[in-house]
Amino acid sequence: MKQPQTEHEHKQSLFRGVNRVRVSDFVIAFVILLLSLTCILPFIHIAAKSISSNTAVLSKSVYLWPKQLNFDAYKSIFRDGQLTYSLGYTVVVTALFTAIGMAITICAAYPLSIRGLKGRPIFAFIMMFTMYFSASLIPEYLLYKDLHLLNTMWVLVLPLAFSPYNMLIMRSFMSSTIPDSLYEAAKLDGANHIQTLYKVVLPLSGPILATLSLFYAVGRWNAYADAKYYITTKSLQPLQYLLSNMVLNSGNDAVSLSESAAADSTPEVLQAATIMFATLPIIMVYPFVQKYFVKGAMIGAVKG
Amino acid sequence: MRERTPSRDLRGRKAWVYFKNNWQLYLLLMIPVVFVIVFKYAAYPGMRIAFMNYKPAKGYSGSKWVGFETFAKVFKDKDFHRALKNSLIFNFLDLIVGFPVPVILALMLNELRFNRYKKVSQTILYLPHFLSWVIIASVSLTLFKPETGLVNVAMMNAGWIEKGIPFLTEKWHWAVTYLLIGVWQNMGWGSIIYLAAITGIDAELYEAATIDGAGRWRKIWNVTLPCIRGTMVTLLIMNLGRVMGSNFERLDSFGNVQVKDFQYQLAIYIYEKGLAGSNFSRATAVGLFQSLVGLILVLASDKVAKALGEDGLL
Repeated sequence: MKQPQTEHEHKQSLFRGVNRVRVSDFVIAFVILLLSLTCILPFIHIAAKSISSNTAVLSKSVYLWPKQLNFDAYKSIFRDGQLTYSLGYTVVVTALFTAIGMAITICAAYPLSIRGLKGRPIFAFIMMFTMYFSASLIPEYLLYKDLHLLNTMWVLVLPLAFSPYNMLIMRSFMSSTIPDSLYEAAKLDGANHIQTLYKVVLPLSGPILATLSLFYAVGRWNAYADAKYYITTKSLQPLQYLLSNMVLNSGNDAVSLSESAAADSTPEVLQAATIMFATLPIIMVYPFVQKYFVKGAMIGAVKG
Repeated sequence: MRERTPSRDLRGRKAWVYFKNNWQLYLLLMIPVVFVIVFKYAAYPGMRIAFMNYKPAKGYSGSKWVGFETFAKVFKDKDFHRALKNSLIFNFLDLIVGFPVPVILALMLNELRFNRYKKVSQTILYLPHFLSWVIIASVSLTLFKPETGLVNVAMMNAGWIEKGIPFLTEKWHWAVTYLLIGVWQNMGWGSIIYLAAITGIDAELYEAATIDGAGRWRKIWNVTLPCIRGTMVTLLIMNLGRVMGSNFERLDSFGNVQVKDFQYQLAIYIYEKGLAGSNFSRATAVGLFQSLVGLILVLASDKVAKALGEDGLL
């Protein structure tokens, strides 16, 4: 996020000798530091808890650093296999969801980004309307039942796979960054629309494709309401839903993680390890993909 | 040659040429259109069960039409009143508490001098937006447990409090904690849009202000804020348009028996009456009500935003 005007202003002010680094700079930096800490410390605390011994955790002496290092809780998780299975399953669902979502989004965004396409507002309306008026839970439930999607993996993949909001972002990227002259050139070379999409538009849309794939993937990875609505089979439940059953719904026992596993670690430690297990995948990829998100948010901000 | 063709033929010919040149685009468009029809529009006819006494065993054709009877029942239903009231109150509070924070954060980040530091803290501040509500709620529960949670333990050790505070297990405490966690989750991400708007401000305005002898606060007050006012107004109005919505996952994750009084909002009502309680007609009636009012609010807010000369949503 470049901010040329502040840099410029900065140079200017240095030149004039006013606005040196002042107390207020440190106050601001300090407040930002505090806020940032609220975003990290909770996870460090839970990570520390998850690799501490039962006694240390029970005596409430674990803060931000593990005490009496102990990986039993993780061993239990891997031995139990439920969470690892669910992790793999969720990866598959997320990958399918993202691929299908992106394919449909491209099919919608590219034609709608072309000026002068007849009927463009109607098609846009048909897609956008679903964003503002939903049939609500029960009619959708009954529909997915009629489509025989209930209690299958596909109910997590298909219904939400197309996001009109992401489509808008892609459309405004395409219509604002790809110059008309390129379309003209492709036309003169005898390329048809699909060839143009394939050979001109998509290669130039790299950043937005990355961004929106991430939007789709993160959205799918994090969601669990639809699993709660439409899926009762245990082996088809995604990781987040499993986590909610283990940590939230049962109050304060993670006993659902099989009796044997629970015997090794206290619920506290096991819970911490379970939370870390579900959080680490996101936290590990996050720093590398973060800049794409920000790009997407900026384009999204332009519209809506 | 074109001039000589009779106009009737010309129109037909033009349409044909247009179609020949562009059919691929329409073919592409068919994919998303069919997709939304199959997975979204096809559910709309199901909304008719709001006007029926729907019995799952009998299906659509075997269930009786009852007109607005279900709605009449719903509007007299105490549970519905509570859910509606809670939804509106909490959404308004979310808006009031949550709206200014991203603006302030964006202003602070913009004033931050140390560039590397700024980048790193931005990355960290955006993180909560990418965590699921389940994770956020699990982490919060761990931190805020009255007996063993880090926050309470730390405060008790410091001698600030005698007994643990039931942050998430007593309804009034819950309300505050729930709202603040919502603010916390959204503050970083929400600030991006304002930072983008601030970046777009003409540098000359700042130069002129500097020459006029304006200090940091004056510049924020007289240059930055007026320049991002449009963005603020648009976002505020758009958020107002969403006060009928409710986030099932956020409520569900933070729910427990002790806080049911406040946590019981429309999404929970629909889920519990509908899927858990098998009262399909009633849940659909509430869903229809929520969708309709939501749509009207969005349209109205869009109108207001446009009337104020902002971009609007649609």
